[in-house]
Amino acid sequence: MIKAILVFNNHGKPRLSKFYQYFDESLQQQIIKETFQLVSKRDDNVCNFLEGGSLIGGSDYKLIYRHYATLYFVFCVDSSESELGILDLIQVFVETLDKCFENVCELDLIFHADAVHHILSELVMGGMVLQTNMNDIMARIEEQNKIVKQEAGISAAPARAVSAVKSMNIPQQIKDIKLPDLPQAIKDFKF
Amino acid sequence: MALKKVKGNFFERMFDKNLTDLVRGIRNNKDNEAKYISTCIEEIKQELRQDNISVKCNAVAKLTYIQMLGYDISWAGFNIIEVMSSSRFTCKRIGYLAASQCFHPDSELLMLTTNMIRKDLNSQNQYDAGVALSGLSCFISPDLSRDLANDIMTLMSSTKPYLRMKAVLMMYKVFLRYPEALRPAFPKLKEKLEDPDPGVQSAAVNVICELARKNPKNYLPLAPIFFKLMTTSTNNWMLIKIIKLFGALTPLEPRLGKKLIEPLTNLIHSTSAMSLLYECINTVIAVLISISSGMPNHSASIQLCVQKLRILIEDSDQNLKYLGLLAMSKILKTHPKSVQAHKDLILACLDDKDESIRLRALDLLYGMVSKKNLMEIVKRLLGHMERAEGSAYRDELLYKVIEICAQSSYLYVTNFEWYLTVLVELIQLEAGSRHGRLIAEQLLDVAIRVPVVRQFAVNEMTNLLDTFTVSAQSNSMYEVLYAAAWIVGEFAGELEDAEKTLNILLRPRLLPGHIQGVYVQNVIKLFARLATTCLELQDLPGLVTLCDHVLDKLQHFNGSSDIEVQERANSACMLIEMLRNQLSTSTDAMAMDTTTEGGIPPLAIEIVQEMTLLFTGELIPVAPKAQRKVPLPDGLDLDEWINAPPPEDAASSSSSEHDKDELFVSATQAGTGADGGEKRRQSLELTPEQLERQRMARLIEQSNNPHYLKSTPTASGASNADQYDNIDDIPITELPLDMEGVAALRVGITKRSDKYLQEQQAAQGSKDGKKKHKKGKKSKKAKNKVAYNSSSESEGEPKPLHIVNTTLDMPEGVSMSDSEDKDGKYDPNDPHRALDIELDITEFEAPAVRSASKKSAADKENLKTPADLAGGGNAAKKDRKKDKDKDKERKVKREHRESKRERKEAAVQPVIDLIDADTPTPSPSHISATSNNNNTSTVLPDAPKHHKKKKNKEKTTDEAPDALATATGSSIIDVGGEEASEVASKVHKKKHKKEKSQRKEKKKASESASVSAIVSIGDYEQPLGISTPSKEIL
Repeated sequence: MIKAILVFNNHGKPRLSKFYQYFDESLQQQIIKETFQLVSKRDDNVCNFLEGGSLIGGSDYKLIYRHYATLYFVFCVDSSESELGILDLIQVFVETLDKCFENVCELDLIFHADAVHHILSELVMGGMVLQTNMNDIMARIEEQNKIVKQEAGISAAPARAVSAVKSMNIPQQIKDIKLPDLPQAIKDFKF
Repeated sequence: MALKKVKGNFFERMFDKNLTDLVRGIRNNKDNEAKYISTCIEEIKQELRQDNISVKCNAVAKLTYIQMLGYDISWAGFNIIEVMSSSRFTCKRIGYLAASQCFHPDSELLMLTTNMIRKDLNSQNQYDAGVALSGLSCFISPDLSRDLANDIMTLMSSTKPYLRMKAVLMMYKVFLRYPEALRPAFPKLKEKLEDPDPGVQSAAVNVICELARKNPKNYLPLAPIFFKLMTTSTNNWMLIKIIKLFGALTPLEPRLGKKLIEPLTNLIHSTSAMSLLYECINTVIAVLISISSGMPNHSASIQLCVQKLRILIEDSDQNLKYLGLLAMSKILKTHPKSVQAHKDLILACLDDKDESIRLRALDLLYGMVSKKNLMEIVKRLLGHMERAEGSAYRDELLYKVIEICAQSSYLYVTNFEWYLTVLVELIQLEAGSRHGRLIAEQLLDVAIRVPVVRQFAVNEMTNLLDTFTVSAQSNSMYEVLYAAAWIVGEFAGELEDAEKTLNILLRPRLLPGHIQGVYVQNVIKLFARLATTCLELQDLPGLVTLCDHVLDKLQHFNGSSDIEVQERANSACMLIEMLRNQLSTSTDAMAMDTTTEGGIPPLAIEIVQEMTLLFTGELIPVAPKAQRKVPLPDGLDLDEWINAPPPEDAASSSSSEHDKDELFVSATQAGTGADGGEKRRQSLELTPEQLERQRMARLIEQSNNPHYLKSTPTASGASNADQYDNIDDIPITELPLDMEGVAALRVGITKRSDKYLQEQQAAQGSKDGKKKHKKGKKSKKAKNKVAYNSSSESEGEPKPLHIVNTTLDMPEGVSMSDSEDKDGKYDPNDPHRALDIELDITEFEAPAVRSASKKSAADKENLKTPADLAGGGNAAKKDRKKDKDKDKERKVKREHRESKRERKEAAVQPVIDLIDADTPTPSPSHISATSNNNNTSTVLPDAPKHHKKKKNKEKTTDEAPDALATATGSSIIDVGGEEASEVASKVHKKKHKKEKSQRKEKKKASESASVSAIVSIGDYEQPLGISTPSKEIL
């Protein structure tokens, strides 16, 4: 079981938090803070598993994380999950985001937190892994986006226009943050 | 009309903030984010009041974002439900997302949602149902589970794989909240294991793995299906899950493990995916652990695992390295030899830059040490400790150093002088560690169990007492003083300069009460020893000065705020004063009549002799369970109050005796309460001037500290400051080495303990030739030399210089290996307990198994039909279940599992026999009989034993203060001392002395005749109430 999925940036600002077990809001924030402190002080060339984290789980739980450019993706999982498997899952998640947002960067996650949630819900449901095949995931997401577009139709056109005007000033150059190359081992991994 | 609506929408939307605006606004208001968000929340509240669903939807989307920042949005629950119920997918999705983020199973609003969610689940649009399932999985409540279980089960057979997949996963959440759903839903779930869609299949495997992880025995009959899946599937994700599941099942059924080895080995050889490889290795390890005996060629599998793990550990990827070490530690438990072959690799990992990896390597280290390399490894660890940052890691290192040295009764420690030096170095290195108690225990254990090292120990401890500074930070390192003081007192006979040690102990210092108590007690021991020396020398003036000196210094302890210290100090003063009175009469007589020369009065001699008698007699280690030897006397009720507890005061002062960890606090608490009694008793022995002086000091202090935060007299403050800040002044005694040149070069950079390592290396380099030479230089006791000499040098291993006394005071019929299980692990709130449901899997099983393991017809006839056997098994199971339920609560988890296994035996029989059909198996009845035997012998007595154990634990904690008194030989201290008059206490003392000497004799007898069955309470000498850890390792 996955207990929580957290995404935060290099300064500990949460970009996505999904808890599959209920914690109240202040405890959620504490968990995010504690996790950030644990993860952020680690070098990039050390292993991606971390025991500890007193607030969430206990001894059976591990933090498994990956660090991409400005973002940390942290999964808190128990011993029924395979460590390397979860690392691959994070990779699938990030690659899916990359496909959906075309060169994903932190700003995409900031301004489309809801979309990120919808994508995540196609990978993990209620703490269990739902789908790991990226093509299937993408197909599901695109079908849902189609429905949303259909529903929006004419009535949403003005709103889209307004938001298009509003978002004109997002500097495009921030988008140039790229994901690092994937380790070969993960590319070999087949689902 | 339509145009108007669009227009209205347009204008509303123009002025509302959407999610993007909110995020941008928050980013632009970094300085006053909280204020900005609170205005936003006000706006959202406005929007939620409007009728337009799009506006509400927008508001809820914003709320979801705000929730992530830590704001409670449950107040908008009703609006969220409104948005969820929208017919538009866009809104529905936003609504369910918000609900999944902020609703929880206890939300009362959830009862409003039942019908709405049911409608969504049955929607024509698969994504409506999908979104509902995703949301529901996060907040499903027991009520919702009950009401919706049927709808979700229907979805499990939907035509759309997407919904089947989600419904299957959803059922797990339903089971957790509503366990009754498991039985009816299980056949369908099992069907899904063979679903044509791989995603659904994988989901079903996932759910069953989660179920089986907590209650493996119920799912053992599914093994054949999983076996088939494992050999046919190519979905790595699913394979990993299945292999993990087998890892959980094999401990219950070793024969399954045998069957698994071959396909797993094949997978290990064939797969390119590291994650799958790793899980295969893990499960093979689990299999090998469960069938550690009786498998002829399993060494090949072990070798394969270890080899593959070596490849992982050598990989440059830190993750693989970490996992490799993790798996190694599992092998180490059962096959230490195979791991030891890779010692080089593991030792190399100790220097890895990654802390997680170093910690994993440390876990393996205890299996890597030998007599030969222990010193070197410890040296490396000490080096790490100097360099390491982060107290948690340093603490872990310290713990590991002690663990590897102390394992199996110091099996690998050849030189205890070295070990004591290491301990002292640890104390100096790690003044802030929380393992002070552990080190103290080690010091005591070594000093008690290794007689020949005592002389060295007392001198080291004297230095430690002299130089150790109690720092202001709250840590536990001062506990070592407790051990040090006890050692110098108990083995005072070994001291070279007992007077110096006595003065160190008498120095006024700011220490926690329980340590001061030990100080006082050991001052008496040292005093007794010195007085005996004076007697032998007929040195009357010396004795008089000694008495006066100690009496004077003890006044400081008399004024202690700790009632225990006062008590002990007062008794000590009384005793010494008594001696002093005798002496002064004789000196007076001497002054008057010069003809009688230097005669010590016989009464004084008697007192001194009796005092020494108090402390003679060897203390031997006591087994942790020795308490059991004491029969509970008739009419003694340990739970009963001896005196009814007074309302408040006593609680605060007695707490200082009970929890030593909070000594600084409780000492101050007790301070005021103890004053009355202190004054009264002081008047007996103090002159009015002294009394006045003390009172003045106290008044000054109290005026300085209105809250009475410090309870030590001010006099101690000044002397404390300048006495103990020079750690560097520890006198270092250098032993001359035969490789003097080398040693001299290194001396500047090495630690004290290193010289032993160098000695050892030197000894190895120059074997026989230099042996005699070296021996002459070593200042070892004759006994050692004999041991060293007589042992043959044929092996490369260094010979132990010291012998560890492993005699333990053990009650009969108690074995050391009794498990000390913790109750804490057993969580009564675990939802999985409710899911421990017997599932009638077997009748479905038969065809699947047949197809899986293609048996011959003859085989089938030999075995009874699976259904028959299962029927019988089930009946038996039910009977046993009744029995089991009764004491279920009391049992600890492991016992729990074992008993489950026992029950399982019968039920599993048929299926496993099927799996095993092509290998010859012993007759089923034979197996179940033996396993039953095993289990009854281990499991059944455990429940009462466990109970007993608990009781014991309580006892020992109750007696902790008592144990302290006995251990330090303080039987002279009468707890009710307040009322005791001088005469009464004298009588009491005499009585005790007699008892003590009787006890001694008895003890010697019992020692020689090994452990006798009937032992009086008097034989209980629990050294300082600390049980030695090494015995538990045994």
